[in-house]
Amino acid sequence: MSLMTEIAILVLAAFVGFEVISKVPTTLHTPLMSQTNAIHGIVMLGGLIVLGYADDGLEYVIGTIAVAFGAINIVGGFMVTDRMLGMFSKKPKPKAQDK
Amino acid sequence: MTPLAVLQPGGEAATALYIVAFSLFIIGLKKGTHPTTAKQGNMVAAAGMAVAVATTLLLDGMGNWGLIIIGLGVGSAVGFVASVRVQMTEMPQMVALYNGVGGGAVALIAWSELRHGISLGEDIPLEVLIPTLLAAVIGSVSFWGSNIAFAKLQDLIPTKPLAIPGQQVINVVLLIAILAACVDLAINNGDPSQPLFIGILIAAAILGNMVVLPIGGADMPVVISLLNAFTGLSAAAAGFALDNVALIVAGTIVGSSGTILTMEMATAMNRSVANVLFAGFGGAPAASAGSAEQRPYVSVGAQDAAIKLAYADNVVIVPGYGLAVAQAQHAIKEVANELEARGITVSYAIHPVAGRMPGHMNVLLAEADVPYEQLREMEDINPEMPRTDVAIVVGANDVTNPAAKNDPDSPIAGMPIIEVDQAQQVIVIKRSMSPGFAGIDNDLFYLPNTSMLFDDAKKAASDIAAEIQQL
Repeated sequence: MSLMTEIAILVLAAFVGFEVISKVPTTLHTPLMSQTNAIHGIVMLGGLIVLGYADDGLEYVIGTIAVAFGAINIVGGFMVTDRMLGMFSKKPKPKAQDK
Repeated sequence: MTPLAVLQPGGEAATALYIVAFSLFIIGLKKGTHPTTAKQGNMVAAAGMAVAVATTLLLDGMGNWGLIIIGLGVGSAVGFVASVRVQMTEMPQMVALYNGVGGGAVALIAWSELRHGISLGEDIPLEVLIPTLLAAVIGSVSFWGSNIAFAKLQDLIPTKPLAIPGQQVINVVLLIAILAACVDLAINNGDPSQPLFIGILIAAAILGNMVVLPIGGADMPVVISLLNAFTGLSAAAAGFALDNVALIVAGTIVGSSGTILTMEMATAMNRSVANVLFAGFGGAPAASAGSAEQRPYVSVGAQDAAIKLAYADNVVIVPGYGLAVAQAQHAIKEVANELEARGITVSYAIHPVAGRMPGHMNVLLAEADVPYEQLREMEDINPEMPRTDVAIVVGANDVTNPAAKNDPDSPIAGMPIIEVDQAQQVIVIKRSMSPGFAGIDNDLFYLPNTSMLFDDAKKAASDIAAEIQQL
């Protein structure tokens, strides 16, 4: 891909990010931050690519750690977000709470 | 070369799958902004991630499968166990930690990419080298900054703003040194010096420490959110270096949406991002310890507190992080039940940053089955404070400090507070007189209508509930 095409994509993506997150209720700040945090776990792809063509000892080590870090970011990030959002799932009340 | 190598990097099939992946991210985020769809949105984004990872594994040129499996296995296991075991109260530092490893991954990828470029023995094109350097610097700052934020929230290091002499000067010098080193590498792109690159990583690491260390614990949510946006940008930079469209799009979206979130959070706390980063809670009023001469306060027991509560008409509970730490949600709910049985109106006043992050306290109270209608937001409840008979502050501190309104010199001046000082009577449940997260004294404790109940929040609450029952 040409550099200018990549920059065009970057600029458009930046606007998408600004637009998607607008007027968020305070309650959702933390879960949403946690979700964006999980999404930048996408860096693991970079780890996979560099580890994929690594060919000396140090690169093996760096690449493996990078993949492991990325995997922690992804798995932990999405799971923690899911736990936080548990508060919004309608759980059946153990007993009807009448006054 | 492996049997899995079915997709060409940058080829149409791989790119199409990446487009599917980042579309799912965007849909997931959009759903994440509404309470009813947020949980589903997280699943959608996770599905997008699965598509992105699978696509990458299918690329031609993937090798070292043993190491890939080790990295994936160890990382997934650590992430899984950590997120299952973490207490709800520790969520903020968990996010900080996950953010840190993301930044660390980017810095390592940049290093590996540079070594790869050197080993090819040709000039590294600047459109690869410059984003590589950017990724290295931002990733390293984010990794170390997040670790410091984690350590502060986990109380591994003092949460108080740490004043480092000449801090701003050192930061500027570090930044200039990093820039100069980057320029040197870019000029010598035929054979860039690897030791110099490692020097950049280290300088950026020190910078990350220096920027976050002086910031007080109360501002940590904003800092974590900002570092989160940074990690997104570093991922986008890595995407430029590796010519990977999924990294560019996802990283940029996190960068920009993270920036918006950071600004909204700062606004909720009536702070500006620049203020958080450069003024800290430290600065001049670090000498406020000088004003900590002994002032008189009233201390009461559970029985007195129970009597005050039982003969009120309306009671407002102000929960803070101390309640979360003591796991006192259920005990406090018990007190509320006793009071309601006596026909007393009970509501909970939730400060936007109660707990340690916006929305954190709502999560905790929902866990204790506190009805959603009883949770009142700060702007909503403050006007009612003068008509409140008893406000009971459970493990909250800085968010109730009237100095934020009354003392323009206070480090927390201008921060919105829950105006419990306006209530007829105030009961503060707290373990000791020690200062809160911002590291400053709370004027509320010394008001004539305030009574202090020194105890663990959970024990105090169950004692009060028992006493009310006997009245």
